[in-house]
Amino acid sequence: MTASVVRIEDKLYQNRYLVDAGRPHIKVRQHQSPSPNLLALTVVCPAKCYEVNEDGQVEVTADGCMECGTCRVLCEESGDIDWSYPRGGFGVLFKFG
Amino acid sequence: MTEERFDAIVVGAGMSGNAAAYTMASRGLKVLQLERGEYPGSKNVQGAILYASMLETIIPDFRDDAPLERHLIEQRFWVTDDTSHTGMHYRSDDFNEPAPNRYTIIRAQFDKWFSRKVRAAGAIVLCETTVTELALDAAGKVIGVHTDRAGGVIHANVVVLAEGVNGLLGTRARFRKVPKPEAVALAVKEMHFLPEEVINERFGLTGDQGCVIEAAGTISRGMAGLGFLYTNKESISLGIGCLVSHFAATLESPYALLDAFKNHPSIRPLLAGSEIKEYAAHLIPEGGFKAIPQLFGDGWVVVGDAAQLNNAVHREGSNLAMTSGRIAGEAIAAIKSRKHPMTSDNLSLYKAMLDKSFVLKDLRKYKDMPALLHTNSRNFFTTYPQLMSQAAQNFVRVDGTPKIEKERATTAALIKARSRWGLVSDAVRLALAWR
Repeated sequence: MTASVVRIEDKLYQNRYLVDAGRPHIKVRQHQSPSPNLLALTVVCPAKCYEVNEDGQVEVTADGCMECGTCRVLCEESGDIDWSYPRGGFGVLFKFG
Repeated sequence: MTEERFDAIVVGAGMSGNAAAYTMASRGLKVLQLERGEYPGSKNVQGAILYASMLETIIPDFRDDAPLERHLIEQRFWVTDDTSHTGMHYRSDDFNEPAPNRYTIIRAQFDKWFSRKVRAAGAIVLCETTVTELALDAAGKVIGVHTDRAGGVIHANVVVLAEGVNGLLGTRARFRKVPKPEAVALAVKEMHFLPEEVINERFGLTGDQGCVIEAAGTISRGMAGLGFLYTNKESISLGIGCLVSHFAATLESPYALLDAFKNHPSIRPLLAGSEIKEYAAHLIPEGGFKAIPQLFGDGWVVVGDAAQLNNAVHREGSNLAMTSGRIAGEAIAAIKSRKHPMTSDNLSLYKAMLDKSFVLKDLRKYKDMPALLHTNSRNFFTTYPQLMSQAAQNFVRVDGTPKIEKERATTAALIKARSRWGLVSDAVRLALAWR
């Protein structure tokens, strides 16, 4: 709607994270083509963690995740994704909250 | 650790968890509080407005050392279209009282303070510890928790689930369901830093006086949602939240929505020159009374956002969280003092006490509001705001059109947009839901 392009990377750059390398706390179930809700995450996730790959499947990179739970609410019950909290101390660390 | 048994384990160090842990520890209970963040508050997000009286009940002298930003003297309610806002402002010198009623706070700082009080009251607080699962006995009674630290089950007579809106433990144990997309809002927020004097000047404030703007209208692009601007001492919290189900249906991007709100001609000058230092996202329970799950069982109670205790109409959440945490703590302390076991029957005392408090009375009052606003969002959040802007502009713009024609045009626009029947039915439904 707005002409200005919002770069989510610039927003997330402000935040503090302790990434638990090799242990993502969100996993997308293997699929041929994504369900409507899973596909919606590519737009609706506020950290833009979800993207469509070359084969049309949805992938997650949870490094910038703010642990809001939007994807969980939309896609956990259907089994599209598996959502846990990061290990203690890892993940987003809000300075202000 | 594993050899020990606690009177209570509190999962989470947000508002409800801290209130529960403080209440129990200060009554002499042996309390362990587990928090997955690096420090209490590091995972917590709120606007944030603190309602003093609920904290005062727990910590009467909190004003002495709590990190409070500004006490609020002005509230602006705005209805926006793309170029304007129509506002109702309430500002009163009465709010410059010795013990003010509402403050803005910054949660990461506030929660650290609250946690110090919890520890001073005698609770053990363990951070960087994620509770992965509840430990149940063969009969299904909660007997403790599993964590991601080595050492097996930590035992307690009762577990207080203060795990926030995403409470995984309660849903994994099937005590409640994952909230529905139509029962939670996704809010995104930025922290805009500005010198204290600049904020004071822009909002007409002196000292630690504060101002709040809450805005609804075309900023949510037809979704049920609300934008907000809260003045802190040297920063402005700016955010917008809309129902997750509406985000999924409209495929609006939350950060594009936030940026459009930031650039609204009524908001932009208030933020000019600010430095953004954080971007946060969080879910807010919006389902109201009808979304409240089972609140207690054998060896457990659930409090705060995890129990969906949030008053969306009045935008109150942390005070309901604090109060439910306090009441759960009082109920558990009462059961222990009678030397009774923490069974479901005995823990129903928590629900009985909560029923008598403002928490469930308020939520019951507005039980029909979520359905009304959520299913008619385009009318309430786009059509009416646009009509209101047109009417206001019609009223103030002087261009030689006879006033009678202007009034007729305003009325005709309303009827054209919603029909006579639509207008009456919206008014009646709103009145019934508010009643």
